Amino acid sequence: MKNFTTIDGNEAVAHVAYRCNEVMGIYPITPSSGMGEWCDQWASEGVKNLWGTVPSVIEMQSEAGAAAVVHGSLQTGSLTCTFTASQGLLLKIPNMFKIAGELTPTVFHITARAIATHALSIFGDHSDVMAARATGFAMLSSASVQEAQDFALIAQAATLEARVPFLHFFDGFRTSHEVSKIELLSEDQMRAMIDEKLVMAHRTRAMSPDRPVLRGTAQNPDVFFQAREAANSFYVACPGIVQNAMDKFAAVTGRPYQLFQYSGVPDAEHVLIIMGSGGETARETVDHLNERGARLGLLQVRLYRPFDVQRFVQSLPPTVKALAVLDRTKEPGASGEPLYQDVVTALAEVLANGGSALKTMPRVVGGRYGLSSKDFTPAMIKAVFDNLAAARPKNHFTVGITDDVTNLSLAYDPEFSTESDKVIRALFYGLGSDGTVGANKNSIKIIGEETDNYAQGYFVYDSKKSGSMTVSHLRFGPMPIRSSYLVSRANFIACHQPVFLERYDMLKDLIAGGTLLLNSPFGPDRIWASLPRATQEAIIKKQAKLFVIDATKVAHQTGMGGRINTIMQVCFFALSGVLPREEAIAAIKYSIKKTYGKKGEEVVQKNIAAVDQTLANLFPVKVPDRATATIELLPPVTPNAPKYVRDVLGRIFGGEGESLPVSAFAPDGTFPTATAQYEKRNLALEIPVWDEKTCIQCAKCVAVCPHATIRLKVVESSALEMAPAAFKFCDARLPEWKGLKFSLQVAAEDCTGCGICVDVCPARNKTEAKLKAINMRPQAPLRDQERTNWDFFLGLPEVDRRKVKVTQLRQQQVMRPLFEFSGACAGCGETPYLKLLTQLFGDRAVMANATGCSSIYGGNLPTTPYAQDANGRGPTWNNSLFEDCAEFGLGFRVSIDKQREFAGELLQRLAGTVGDDLVTAILSAKQRDEADIYDQRERVAALKQKLVGVDSADARMLLALADNFVKRSVWLIGGDGWAYDIGYGGLDHVLASGRDVNILVLDTEVYSNTGGQMSKSTPRGAVAKFAASGKPLGKKDLGLIAMSYGNVYVASVAMGAKDEHTLKAFVEAEAHSGPSIIIAYSHCIAHGINMTYGMREQKAAVDCGQWLLYRYDPERAARGENPLQLDSPAAKAKVQDYLLSENRFKMLTKSKPEAAKRLFEQAQNDVNARWQLYSYLAARKPEVPSTVPIA
Amino acid sequence: MDLSTTYLGLKLRSPLVPSASPMTRELADLKRAEDAGAGAVVLPSVFEEQLRRESAELDLALTQGTESFAEALSYFPQLGEFRLGPEDYLEYIVKAKAGLKIPVIASLNGTSAGGWTDYAKKIQQAGADALELNIYYIPTDSHLTALDVENTYLDILKAVKGAVNIPVAVKLSPFFSSMANMAHKLDMAGADALVLFNRFYQPDIDLETLEVESSLLLSTPQARRLPLRWVAILHGRIHASLAATSGIHTAQDVLKILMAGADVTMLCSVLFRKGMPHIAALEQEMRQWMTEHEYESVAQLKGSLSQKNCPDPSAFERAQYMRVISTYKAV
Repeated sequence: MKNFTTIDGNEAVAHVAYRCNEVMGIYPITPSSGMGEWCDQWASEGVKNLWGTVPSVIEMQSEAGAAAVVHGSLQTGSLTCTFTASQGLLLKIPNMFKIAGELTPTVFHITARAIATHALSIFGDHSDVMAARATGFAMLSSASVQEAQDFALIAQAATLEARVPFLHFFDGFRTSHEVSKIELLSEDQMRAMIDEKLVMAHRTRAMSPDRPVLRGTAQNPDVFFQAREAANSFYVACPGIVQNAMDKFAAVTGRPYQLFQYSGVPDAEHVLIIMGSGGETARETVDHLNERGARLGLLQVRLYRPFDVQRFVQSLPPTVKALAVLDRTKEPGASGEPLYQDVVTALAEVLANGGSALKTMPRVVGGRYGLSSKDFTPAMIKAVFDNLAAARPKNHFTVGITDDVTNLSLAYDPEFSTESDKVIRALFYGLGSDGTVGANKNSIKIIGEETDNYAQGYFVYDSKKSGSMTVSHLRFGPMPIRSSYLVSRANFIACHQPVFLERYDMLKDLIAGGTLLLNSPFGPDRIWASLPRATQEAIIKKQAKLFVIDATKVAHQTGMGGRINTIMQVCFFALSGVLPREEAIAAIKYSIKKTYGKKGEEVVQKNIAAVDQTLANLFPVKVPDRATATIELLPPVTPNAPKYVRDVLGRIFGGEGESLPVSAFAPDGTFPTATAQYEKRNLALEIPVWDEKTCIQCAKCVAVCPHATIRLKVVESSALEMAPAAFKFCDARLPEWKGLKFSLQVAAEDCTGCGICVDVCPARNKTEAKLKAINMRPQAPLRDQERTNWDFFLGLPEVDRRKVKVTQLRQQQVMRPLFEFSGACAGCGETPYLKLLTQLFGDRAVMANATGCSSIYGGNLPTTPYAQDANGRGPTWNNSLFEDCAEFGLGFRVSIDKQREFAGELLQRLAGTVGDDLVTAILSAKQRDEADIYDQRERVAALKQKLVGVDSADARMLLALADNFVKRSVWLIGGDGWAYDIGYGGLDHVLASGRDVNILVLDTEVYSNTGGQMSKSTPRGAVAKFAASGKPLGKKDLGLIAMSYGNVYVASVAMGAKDEHTLKAFVEAEAHSGPSIIIAYSHCIAHGINMTYGMREQKAAVDCGQWLLYRYDPERAARGENPLQLDSPAAKAKVQDYLLSENRFKMLTKSKPEAAKRLFEQAQNDVNARWQLYSYLAARKPEVPSTVPIA
Repeated sequence: MDLSTTYLGLKLRSPLVPSASPMTRELADLKRAEDAGAGAVVLPSVFEEQLRRESAELDLALTQGTESFAEALSYFPQLGEFRLGPEDYLEYIVKAKAGLKIPVIASLNGTSAGGWTDYAKKIQQAGADALELNIYYIPTDSHLTALDVENTYLDILKAVKGAVNIPVAVKLSPFFSSMANMAHKLDMAGADALVLFNRFYQPDIDLETLEVESSLLLSTPQARRLPLRWVAILHGRIHASLAATSGIHTAQDVLKILMAGADVTMLCSVLFRKGMPHIAALEQEMRQWMTEHEYESVAQLKGSLSQKNCPDPSAFERAQYMRVISTYKAV
């Protein structure tokens, strides 16, 4: 009996890899992380492999480390595999050459993903695997979730026999994250494929002191070449071994595969050659066109390396006259992309040698498609065939984009579709937080498992972490679904959030007569009038069947909070008719029990209540015959946005990025800054409202606001004469600001409503103590008023930075942040530090950002939160890689210093022209504070004025370099994954360089961006991915390591515990002329906390001693003082109380109570021991003033 | 000397019983209590809110931020079964029963009838000898009548009694218009014992933070007078056993309450201050006093000074109040 299941590609592959291996060396990277996580989870649950033992799963510090551990494990005889993608695969390449060179059987499972070039992309294409094609690994490509599972096993069987290691790849996201109904391989089927004798042979080759051998030798010109050629026969044999494995697999499972899989008519003249998931769509398209009279062929390449030239040519119909080869990668400067080159070479070789059925060289054209998961549709495939049929087909074309610069793109007809009437297609627009995706994954499982239908789900997320829109694409029908592209002809569209209706054309993808379901507070009688005109017109034109439910109300009534997922799921089943209603509801209830049961009965009951309440609240809407609305769809960005923002970024934000042509983009990946201000996402249901009478003007709310939406200004009263009626201000309280007016203003349309500002407000209303000086109020009624106020506020003069005492928070916060409105999570713990950095140093900051959350909310299109001041100055920002941020930033420093040095030399050379006084003033300027910086800028301006028009090479060169005389503030920024793990080696080297760089570690104690994997910063007892049983070891003390250099400024801060301490640390770190590192405790959604109380959590961590506040200042040592100042007092609370306030720790008490008890006790011991050590170090009386290390 | 007493139909070696509190949270503490001679132990209360909230909180923590961003579709590993508070508690009962010879009384704390009767069943299945129902209810709704409030108590009791066979004690507050009538109704509704009285955590105001806070205040010996009065009044008038709690710190306190008519005395604050082994000291002092005063058994002195048996029954009523006032004035 066939065993069907509905899972995604990652789980399908991990299902096989886990059972066929003993060791997995892993490191998280999107989109492959899921495979490692599954393996880790199964291991923690004690699931056994084929040989009855639980595999060892080890997380390493980087992919390079993972590759090396895999290499070592293989060399000592364990069946070992790994999972990765993109940059991770690049880091593994050196070891891959070794592993292949030593003929070691293993399978690397790769979710093929774009490599960062002009920009990073987490999405799928083949640029990573193509970069690894010289390693000597065999390369096996699977095209669907079913194949990904099947080929994982075929690769495992083949590698053991061939001894050639395998790279098994499938498309990142499109296959790795597609949820699909597949036939699951049983352990018996796996056993039938794995030859025990070959496993034993692997063991026999293992390094053992009982039969010692030497590998990894160094060889000289005399023998290296010959020895390298000694492995040839293994590569010759490999394709045959793979085909044999495929044949055996077909016998075991009934699913046959070929190295080169031909489909279409046997006498085709035009054939398309392709690898990966695009092949599925191509097959659907070729079948569709052939059914309508075309005579086309398709060749799907499965085994790409070793490329079997003979089999390849034999797989082509002898009638072929023209071939189109599609590559999902770009190799700039090459004579063609890799698969194209292989095809041309193979054909040329075979034809030259003769003896093939193919007698004449067909025309071969190559093209690129689908980079970074660009949707690849039947329309594009048809365009490729149309091109092939042209008299002079384009070669080296692109398809799927509009290239209006080099005109390489093929035009295609977007209306062309191969969607079958038998397949039901549905689209769901939801918010990340409302559970839409989870419910849809669940619906697919229900359909897959409760009916005979095949089902497919694919999920598109936007680039923001807070308030992100998700679009779920579902298909189901009686035949296996090959459509590996987004749904564009939906029978059913559901809009789960009323706010989307204001801005997006929801009906764009609905077919005529389709169903539109809206979640709206307006009932069936009022909904029509609430819709924008374009939406009304589309509903009428498409004769859509309209339904409405107030799911938010039902969710509220049934205690579901904001999670409307179950309710909308019931509506979908009720309206789509895929299952009889009663059956569907029973299946949903059953699945609720299965999904939520482990979280307790209460959650189950709430969900079941929501199911029961739904249908009574679902109403059909009578659609009038004409549109009556006066409301128009909102523009994606504000009307005052600059042209580029409107024409390019705005279109991306509005969901029309697909239609932007090549010419819209700078060829080197450069974008303007200060663009997030134009988005106006209106996410907050409630916003903070200032009560100027209660306010004590402490500025804490301004400091902690993660999105810089609360600002303060201090101005002359004359500036307020034209203030809008509702604009608030009061007398400034600080003595330095006597006579001035103080105003606190909220950017209502940019606020995410996290409420962290209200939580930290220390002021209480004297007559109604529940009120603070800032209180949350509904946004909608305030939106227009506050928009006017905000615009007026922005127009008020900025403070003179020279007059601000920067170490006093209530003054310092008046400085304008140059980091605003990022896409970080609501209540983010990292962004307040970045905002502070830009307030203090943003106008001269050069920032290197390690990949991670901060690079995503800092630099993910369409907009960036990095902003500019009134003079157009602001942070300049770049992200190199995850692992190299420290070195990258050091490069900034070295380069800037060199230019400053050279400029100094030029200045001295030009002293006669410039004047000695100015030369001396510029070269001797200390630039210790804002006033100094201001003066230096004036001097540089004067210098430039003198240089303009001076006709000498030196003067022209100095003019280009003169800005470097103004002190640049170089910042190296990243999370703990970077600083403690993957980038630690570089970070250490940079700390030891002595150069003036500032390192900010946003320490969330976990890999936040990739979804909560353990890092070496993760504290003992915390539950994280790869630490499901609680992290058994303590947190690495990065600060102590940094202190050991003696000349490094080190600070450990937590803004929520002591904000002014944080401020001082930033000021001191920047002022220190050598390396500085600030380790900043950043609460995070991955801690399982209520983000509104994030700052409280920071305080709790400090109060119990879990997080220490300190500053280690080498300048103090130079003055003969103890460099270390311990700035937090001895613990006032027990560590356990803090641990139990965060679910990352607390959940261990629920899952493994005994481990929790032990680890929590040890955590207290850690804290005690660390306090003892630090208080000893801070109390020491240094004997000699020096910069010697602390120990 | 025979210190034994009968409470909830259970024969106890002594009337000294540690009440439901964090003091009884660890098995080791229960063993210490037994070793010190406790007659029984009452385990800490499992709260109705705990049953509801833990599940909801965990769900929230595990789902927030998930399925929103392509790189981080979740933030935690998918763990198998979670042992939420209630499961832990059931296991604790099992362990306590296995580790102790004295009776183990479980405690459920709640305010509404729905939801946790099933849990009472599980407590019984886990092997508890009896169940103490701690009905903690502050009626703040001005539409709620005294009868509504009383019926809430009775409904909870009936629901739980309907679900279990083990004896059920009701721990209640003194804030009833007609305490005697309420006790009678609970008695009729099947309460096997009344525990007098619940000490509510009373709110306080923090002048610095301007926040209202609840903190635990340990009882003072004066608190003993309230239960003493009602134990004395109810002794012999209802079928249910009587337990006294609040302000019982010394052997003298124990003796007085027993004489008023309590079957057991619940100890909490004194054990916080002096530890479980202090039970043995209390027992020793009791024995000494009883020896000196030639009492042979607890049964003998139990209720000897209840309202029914004491020389001046009005001493427990208003008349006594008048006398106290006038005496006070005279002084």
